Amino acid sequence: MSKLFNLKPDRSKYPSMGADGKLDIDLTSQKYVKMWLGPNHPGVTGNMAVELTLAGDEIVEAKTHVGYLHRGFEKLIERRLFVQGFPTSIRMCVAEPDTNEYLIARSTEVLSGYDKDVPEMAQWLRALSLEMARLQGLLRGVPGQAGTFSLGIGVQWGVYLRDLILDRFEELTGARVYHMYIIPGGVRGLLPDGFKKRMEENLKEIDDFIIRIRQLMFHNSIFKKRSVGIGVIPKEWVDQYGIVGTNARASGVKRDVRKDNPYLIYDQLDFDPPTATEGDIYARSWVRWQELIQTVDLIRQIMAKMPEKGDIRATNMPNVLHWRIPKGETYTKLESGRGEYGMYYVTDGSSKPRRVNLRGPSYTHAIALLEKMLVNTNVADVHATMVSLQTCPPEIER
Amino acid sequence: MSELDINDKVSEMLKKSEHNSAAAECYEKTFVRPEDEEREVIAPDGSIIKVNPIYDYFSGKKPTEEKPCRGVVEKFLNWARAESIWVLGFGTGCGSIEIPPLMTPRFDAFRFGVQMRPTPRQSNAFIISGYLSVKTLKRVIRSYEQMPSPKYILALGSCTINGGMYYDSYSTINRLDKYLPVDVYIAGCMPRPEALLAGFMKLKELIKDGKAEKANEYARNFDEYKANQKKIIKDWNMPDYNW
Amino acid sequence: MKEILDKIQAKYNLQDIAIQDNDQAYVTVGKDLAIDMVTYMRDYEGFSHFVMMSCVDWIEDDKLQLLYLLNSPEKKCNIGIKVFIERNKPTMQTAHHLWKQIWTYQRELREAFGIDFPGSPRVEENFVLEGWTDMPHMLRDFDTNKYAEETYFPREGRKTYDPATYMREKLYPKQPVTAKKNKDDE
Repeated sequence: MSKLFNLKPDRSKYPSMGADGKLDIDLTSQKYVKMWLGPNHPGVTGNMAVELTLAGDEIVEAKTHVGYLHRGFEKLIERRLFVQGFPTSIRMCVAEPDTNEYLIARSTEVLSGYDKDVPEMAQWLRALSLEMARLQGLLRGVPGQAGTFSLGIGVQWGVYLRDLILDRFEELTGARVYHMYIIPGGVRGLLPDGFKKRMEENLKEIDDFIIRIRQLMFHNSIFKKRSVGIGVIPKEWVDQYGIVGTNARASGVKRDVRKDNPYLIYDQLDFDPPTATEGDIYARSWVRWQELIQTVDLIRQIMAKMPEKGDIRATNMPNVLHWRIPKGETYTKLESGRGEYGMYYVTDGSSKPRRVNLRGPSYTHAIALLEKMLVNTNVADVHATMVSLQTCPPEIER
Repeated sequence: MSELDINDKVSEMLKKSEHNSAAAECYEKTFVRPEDEEREVIAPDGSIIKVNPIYDYFSGKKPTEEKPCRGVVEKFLNWARAESIWVLGFGTGCGSIEIPPLMTPRFDAFRFGVQMRPTPRQSNAFIISGYLSVKTLKRVIRSYEQMPSPKYILALGSCTINGGMYYDSYSTINRLDKYLPVDVYIAGCMPRPEALLAGFMKLKELIKDGKAEKANEYARNFDEYKANQKKIIKDWNMPDYNW
Repeated sequence: MKEILDKIQAKYNLQDIAIQDNDQAYVTVGKDLAIDMVTYMRDYEGFSHFVMMSCVDWIEDDKLQLLYLLNSPEKKCNIGIKVFIERNKPTMQTAHHLWKQIWTYQRELREAFGIDFPGSPRVEENFVLEGWTDMPHMLRDFDTNKYAEETYFPREGRKTYDPATYMREKLYPKQPVTAKKNKDDE
């Protein structure tokens, strides 16, 4: 048996440690290969590059390179009026654009003092559009993990169902991807007739999908072999690295902005964020699947508890084209599909903002955490790890 | 192969070929990383050879025009190219969020012969989905030049036409057709998958009429395109023509 | 929140305390005591989650304002510690030993604002821009419109089909246009 399988491989060609425990990498010694897992790659989430130094099959050092999608948003928003910043800022996070709308709307309302005037119907509608955005992000993310192991059928189902949700968005707001529905003072329109009925039909199809995905992913030995025990995040790293969202919850740390600092109407809804304890890729996929079930349930609750009629816009807001907001600063945050998503907004009394700084959850996940997690792992696990952290490059480099 | 000074051979090739001699001066001024500098390497037989990683040793050529064949043969070839457009799967910007819906059964593009390929060597169309930052433009140029001719570019969105809403950004380009030749523009922000399918239909018409010749235009005006590209990409540490 | 700030007010000489009702507070600290206060808040007061580090350019006061935003998971509140540093060749003490993601923020701030953090690992590497030879791009005196017009081909102006503009151009072509704009539109 030991002639067939090498149970104790010869590790003398593997990297040697220096005196202080750091790896001794000498690129001219022909023991190492430098490989660039670059922006043009089907397995990378978006447009990000990872520069790997390999010794055989094992990764010795990893560096993340971002900046392929840099548009200079924060500089552009400083040159536009408050209301002109809306279409510009939506494109900061391409996967879930409604979160940016809510953050800018709320920041301008808080700083100008009109945040208590937003009527209740508008808050319910805002929560509905945020949950729908979360749902369409999760429908791409949950089977996406299986897609890295070539179980591509889940992605086909997921993208089809996401198209149905985008149809509902198109009815509600007029566009598929970039909606511009949440504006300072409220929302732009009420639900059209028959919306709830059509939404319920779509949610029934998603319920069916949830059961089939469970069979595909969690009762599948290929998926388990490649994900259990790989990419582990221990519990201590959550505070050391500033990990938020699903990645923290899958390691046992229960943090959710909707429960800790409730915003909109989330204190009237009944839900409990799921957690797991192992912290590997399997646990993160499982927690994300549970969140998908929970999001469907939340949408049903919102549609049931929403009032029938009401104002959708605050009536005492000034003309937004000639708006001047007094000097101040605030930090607004919400829970997106990937974690805590926040915006630091500074105004200085003129008609344009002074500084807008977005904090996406992928900022720490994709650079500091990924570089640490990829050391001493196999090259074949890079994509699985990256996709399980749900990194989204546009929000890193804005 | 010992005592072969590869660098001398390269400089000979550079002088003889139609290579842009500005490349050599450009090399000195640019931002060279430590692993891209010239160094000496031990060959498998024990001898020491000098290696210059930036100069790709066979890239002394410029792109050439592909002359069309005559008559029925060209019609047949155009039909074959139009009915099997293989797209490079490089999502360069915002617009790549509408590519997965295009490839799934609802707006199926596979029935028109359109597939996504991971490498530029096996593809003949390139979808530039939206804005291009200068860092991505360098990689896009490299990928475009590695595609075999005949090749087509579809430009998606209004950011490729005149810069879109990022017209005053220090990091995105304004007009794509000054840097790369574009066959079909698809307007919108973002264009729906149906608009993308209409763009593919238009591209098929152009190919079958024999009018999708922008790759040849790139070869004809190569110096002009290269000058525009080098003006904004200041750390040009790759060969002039990456085939 | 208020009790914590009252306790340490004398020790760190806090100024400009602003407590907002949604559990946020912003305080201003001197440059020498800033990292000390951040360490104190992390170790003794339970602010163990580091949210972000940001910078604002107050060009009219000739200062840069750094912000360290901390969050306490038990008390569920945020505190923002603001530090004012000089604008000409700015440097600041590095904080990368406190949390493991801070070196990324410091690398970005060095490229965007020019603030140097001596001792931070890999701080001189590029973050988002490649081959950038101009001044740090987020400072207020960098004019991005002028840069874009010179480097990339400028965008032609917008064409309007508005009847008022058309009639004005037809009947009074020589008169200068005085549009009703905001007084502070630059």
